[in-house]
Amino acid sequence: MVFKSKGEKAFSMIVTFCAMFLFWVLLSAWIVYIPQHYDLIEISKGIICALIVTLISHELLVSSRGEKVLLKTLRMIPYLFWELWQIVLATFDVAYRVIHPKMPIDPRIIEFETTLRSDFALTTLANSITLTPGTITILVKPETGKFWVHALAEKPADALLVDKTMQRKVAHVYMEE
Amino acid sequence: MQGIDIIATVFMAGGAFFMITGAAGLLRFPDFYTRLHATGKCDTLGEVLIIVGCMIYQGWSFITIKLIFLMLFIFIANPVGTHAIMKAAYVSGLKPWKKGEARR
Repeated sequence: MVFKSKGEKAFSMIVTFCAMFLFWVLLSAWIVYIPQHYDLIEISKGIICALIVTLISHELLVSSRGEKVLLKTLRMIPYLFWELWQIVLATFDVAYRVIHPKMPIDPRIIEFETTLRSDFALTTLANSITLTPGTITILVKPETGKFWVHALAEKPADALLVDKTMQRKVAHVYMEE
Repeated sequence: MQGIDIIATVFMAGGAFFMITGAAGLLRFPDFYTRLHATGKCDTLGEVLIIVGCMIYQGWSFITIKLIFLMLFIFIANPVGTHAIMKAAYVSGLKPWKKGEARR
């Protein structure tokens, strides 16, 4: 990760520090808010820990100041709820195939190409495919956006090959149509 | 038994059901790839349902926030782990099972 200027480095460090300190407060709020234990030593411990983590890993959280980050985050929220519902469907689907006496499975490996290129979009799509009904990502080729997917039966394979609902949704979220 | 206990019990029982289904799939499915489907899918929802049951049972407190973080990390880590195992098997040349073959 190469920073263009000192300003960007400072920006990423400040954002990381705030996020880490907030995380610490959330995890150890029972120390901070109980009246008898309220003292500066506990809080300064948290600040020191957040500073150490910031110095080591500030490149990781704010990797790039891409355009329209806020819009992408907003578009992500409905996608996450849709994804949650898909996970529930996936589990019922697999549980049905496990419990059914004849085990209606017909595994196959499918390939398809997408328009996605950025790391975040590819990771999101790969994780979503693994979490949704009867499909697991095997390989991803980032240069051409090509996916190899192992599908448990014909129906989940068609959902990716023919309908392409998930690809369209991820492309919409990351604006890479 | 209060109403909230019953709801928490329903969630935890659902989680336990999915975990057991995953284990059954691990035993029943014919090859490595399909077994990963059973464990990877059923475990994610099973664990999350058990955590939601814990959240409802505990009531709203700071522990709820920790449990929400736990759920988030399960949602991120579980597919990544499943994919990593799958990729390792595929790259090392394990042939997937086709319909009609004998189970391995």
